[in-house]
Amino acid sequence: MDTRVDIPSTEKIKIAVRDLNFYYGGFHALKKINMDLPEHKVTAFIGPSGCGKSTLLRVFNRMFELYPEQRAEGQILLDGENVLDRRLDVSLIRAKVGMVFQKPTPFPMSIYDNVAFGVKLFETLPRAEMDERVEWALKKAALWNEVKDKLEQSGAGLSGGQQQRLCIARGIAIKPEVLLLDEPTSALDPISTGKIEELVHELKTDYTVLIVTHNMQQAARCSDYTAYMYLGDLIEFGATKEVFTKPKRKDTEDYITGRFG
Amino acid sequence: MSNHSIKFSATQQAGRLAMHRKRKLINVIALLLSFGAMAFGVFWLVWILFETFRLGVGGLALSVFTEMTPPPMADVGGLANAIFGSIVMAGLATLLGTPIGVMAGIYLAEYGQKSWLGHATRFINDILLSAPSIVIGLFIYAVVVARFKSFSGIAGILALALIVIPVVIRTTENMLTLIPNALREAAYALGTPKWKVISSVTLKAARSGVITGILLAIARISGETAPLLFTALSNQFWTSDLTQPMASLPVTIFKFAMSPYQNWQQLAWVGVFLITMSVLLLNIAARVFLRNKH
Repeated sequence: MDTRVDIPSTEKIKIAVRDLNFYYGGFHALKKINMDLPEHKVTAFIGPSGCGKSTLLRVFNRMFELYPEQRAEGQILLDGENVLDRRLDVSLIRAKVGMVFQKPTPFPMSIYDNVAFGVKLFETLPRAEMDERVEWALKKAALWNEVKDKLEQSGAGLSGGQQQRLCIARGIAIKPEVLLLDEPTSALDPISTGKIEELVHELKTDYTVLIVTHNMQQAARCSDYTAYMYLGDLIEFGATKEVFTKPKRKDTEDYITGRFG
Repeated sequence: MSNHSIKFSATQQAGRLAMHRKRKLINVIALLLSFGAMAFGVFWLVWILFETFRLGVGGLALSVFTEMTPPPMADVGGLANAIFGSIVMAGLATLLGTPIGVMAGIYLAEYGQKSWLGHATRFINDILLSAPSIVIGLFIYAVVVARFKSFSGIAGILALALIVIPVVIRTTENMLTLIPNALREAAYALGTPKWKVISSVTLKAARSGVITGILLAIARISGETAPLLFTALSNQFWTSDLTQPMASLPVTIFKFAMSPYQNWQQLAWVGVFLITMSVLLLNIAARVFLRNKH
């Protein structure tokens, strides 16, 4: 499919997707996707349910490999290195490419241990440094002030929005380069959503953020680039302003304005 | 045309009320039936507890816990060796069976969920779960007791462990399957290796359920008589030597209750009371654990 790709050449590319095909058993879910994702920018993936945006996100950290019937062909080049190369250790990729899911998933342990969990997998830190790291991650996730007096309490006791920020803190504590957010606010109330969106905006100074969302306003508010997908095809991809104000394709315009989907 | 009018007609309204009355009647009948079934079950349970209490509590004395099982017609005597044997055998059987059961349950839920080995294991485990305990006792008799030509505490422990294992496998697998995949994915997304995902996240999330299963398994084996009858046999004296026949509460109760001697019968009731109370406490503990899940 002829895809509109509009990335200024001044952008540094963090992830390059090349001829990516994805299959759920016999179902062809992503069809020859090609795109360049710029570094330190927020890219939003929009499109109706089942269009493949979440599927695409789960290829970037090889999450799909948990399910034997799912397979990907093509290349995902992270700083030039093919993530889909089986010889690359999947744990190391996931340390570089963090992910936050639709529903908050605090681990059954204290707030502190939730954040320290991933760090302990890759680093052996003395207690004082670990304390600093946990505080740093919680501050970065805009949660520190709300939990600093109850770090030993269970993560499950927090509100939904707090839990989601805890998951973000857990993800950034291991210092990834890319953050994948799969509909991170769909289970949250508007206030929590607002906080996460602000957070996404701040996170892009340090990370390359990819966010899947069903919320058009959210995509328009917090992303620099937007990709519109439909039935496994990348239909349009470009600067969010362009995509939302003067989409190049009729399909995109119909979806964004709510005439379809 | 009237069927399609917006307004609900009088005949329709009458029909609706008739159906409503019928539903209410069925509701009341169902409620009465289930209440009756509940009362029937509780009636026997309360009776059992009452009789156990009435006949057992009278013989309860310090000597029960300090004296050995007496000869017939003796004035003194207790159940110390039987209580000790029961605790040792049930305890060691649990220590032996729990790790095997938990690990097999982990295999079924996390590794071999759809593999042929997983299906085969699950099928065989279901059979083992429902196998009569006397069959397990005879099996251990054939492979252990007959071979080493001696009844022993070890044989008793093995028989009880064989009862613990399938119960723990089943509950561990069920509890792990209840953990949402989202939690596993979140752990994998941090680059966590599989063994660590299981040990630190899923097993931890399923912990209270798994512990409940273990407690119920202990409750189950602490009352089992048949598997001990052909394996540990019994012993009139105190022994902590596991290669010797070992006394246990259920077998002692079996022996004493069938006897014509009044002092033995009295001790049998005390034993029944002790077992019933410990099983009751284990079940309550299991419930408390499950309730504290969140």
